[in-house]
Amino acid sequence: MTVVLDNEVDAAAARAAAVARPNIWVRLLRHNSVLIGGATMLIMILIGICAPLLGTISPERIDPTTRNKRPGVEITVRQDDGSTLQRTVLMGTDSLGRDIYSRVMYGTRVSLIVGFSVAALSIAIGVLIGLLSGYIRWLDGIVMRIMDGLMAIPGILLAIGLVSLFRAGLGTVIFAIVVPEIPRVVRLVRSVVLTIREEPYVEAAISVGTPLHKILWRHVMPNTVAPVIVQGTFICAQAVLAEAALSFLGIGIPTETPTWGNIMAEGRQFFRVYPHNIFFPAIFLTITVLAVNMLGDGLRDTLDPKMSKRV
Amino acid sequence: MFAFIARRLVATIPVLLFVAVFVFMLLRLTPGDPAAVIAGDNATSDQVDAIRAKLGLDEPLLTQFYIWFSRMLSGDFGESFFFKKTVAELITQRIEPTLMLSLCTIVLSVSIAIPLGVWAAARQGGWVDRIVMGFSVMGFSVPTFVIGYLLIYIFAIQFSWLPVQGYRRLSEGLDEFALRMILPSFTLATIFVALVSRITRASVIETLGEDYIRTARAKGLPARTVLLRHALRNAAVPIVTVIGIGIAALIGGAIITESVYNIPGIGRLTVDAVLARDFPVIQIVILVFSVAYVLINLVIDLAYSVLDPRIRY
Repeated sequence: MTVVLDNEVDAAAARAAAVARPNIWVRLLRHNSVLIGGATMLIMILIGICAPLLGTISPERIDPTTRNKRPGVEITVRQDDGSTLQRTVLMGTDSLGRDIYSRVMYGTRVSLIVGFSVAALSIAIGVLIGLLSGYIRWLDGIVMRIMDGLMAIPGILLAIGLVSLFRAGLGTVIFAIVVPEIPRVVRLVRSVVLTIREEPYVEAAISVGTPLHKILWRHVMPNTVAPVIVQGTFICAQAVLAEAALSFLGIGIPTETPTWGNIMAEGRQFFRVYPHNIFFPAIFLTITVLAVNMLGDGLRDTLDPKMSKRV
Repeated sequence: MFAFIARRLVATIPVLLFVAVFVFMLLRLTPGDPAAVIAGDNATSDQVDAIRAKLGLDEPLLTQFYIWFSRMLSGDFGESFFFKKTVAELITQRIEPTLMLSLCTIVLSVSIAIPLGVWAAARQGGWVDRIVMGFSVMGFSVPTFVIGYLLIYIFAIQFSWLPVQGYRRLSEGLDEFALRMILPSFTLATIFVALVSRITRASVIETLGEDYIRTARAKGLPARTVLLRHALRNAAVPIVTVIGIGIAALIGGAIITESVYNIPGIGRLTVDAVLARDFPVIQIVILVFSVAYVLINLVIDLAYSVLDPRIRY
């Protein structure tokens, strides 16, 4: 029987760990979902930023002479300076003669702005509330009752209720989608805080008189980063879907603004004859949401392996 | 056991109370005079005054809440000035299509999702598993209205097998009703199937690792019996829990599906009410859906000990 010393075991384990866990960025880039999802998102962001350079015309330009053209038809666009321009409408035009291709390209902007700002806002607010509620015991009861109450109202219904309060617009839509997402972030952050606050290093920080905000920010908050980033990607996907749904129902962003949901809402009336009004924005919407979800799945596998066991 | 039921019932009260306060405050948070908002855009100032007096809008906020809440409890849900009907009438008229759609969807998706999930779990890592998991990611990503229009395009427009839109009541004949229910239920079922098959797969895989599964296999039971009797039954609790939580997604999806298929249910009513800024209706719709959601989950929580006799409170 060989005697194995503790420090030998430790050293071996450390070596094994060093071999098995390469740099986090390397692990992320090796993950197929992260690669495909991330690359697709990058393309969408580029489309959003470069929309004016992609051979588009003004997405809000109404032209009665080019109504309801099918994809691939050539039209003549009369420009503001009087000259005319021959142009093939890749995705057809809608019932007001607007170019669907231009509207879809510009629509990328709205979807991404909504997705990113909803994710950022709900995480910022949710992390703040979650940290305080998880750490300060007397606050916990009250905050969690309110969060339970908010979660009792189905998300899209809550958003619809909030949208009805204010004038339709980008800000209203973002606000209406952020509110239902906050309780989910709060619960996640709180559950991490509840375990972390019993850790010896937190106790040590308290014993040397570290102020509360520093304990929360320097010692507790970093533990929530990984799960929160993962949650953030799923919130982003959810927000893109919710914005499209609200606009599609006619209660989101004002109808003249090009968004994927609005283009589809506009196409509903003539769907039987001109299905292209709905299909092109639908494809972009689906690809975007799929990419964000894949990115989220991949991030969850690499950053937060514990969470992937919980489905 | 009774202590648990009592505790669970008591825990529901603050949640429902929050929903009631939220719905009550919804109207008070709108910029402007609540009475004018309720009366709608074409109301005369006399009508606005009448509403203010009737709903006690001059009273302090707490008194207003008391008046509103006791009206709710006595079944007086107020009036819609846009539809010219009481809200209670509107809801009873519109509830049948929504209930039918939800029921068909739940039955359809559970009967698709559970076999799929079990199959995927039995062949973990195989091609069936990959397809089911891939489908489930797709199900979460493809918006309900996109699926709706895709199904309409394929089955109603290209093949003309099914009617495009509309709804017939069950009392007008089963075949008419069923024909118009197929596409909407499949549309709404997609996300539900994705959700339920994923959790079924995960929890069956988990139970398959248990000792009693090895015992069952060792004593020579057929694989089918082991999978259905031993693994699936023990995986029931998380599956049923997810079905309960999924009701929220179902309600959201029903609002969209009813709009796509022109079904005159509560979902359509919600959208019409928001477009007309008909606050009495918006309030009650949110209340009705949320209470239904909370109560369904309450029933599911209480049913745990029936599903899994090992759970004792």
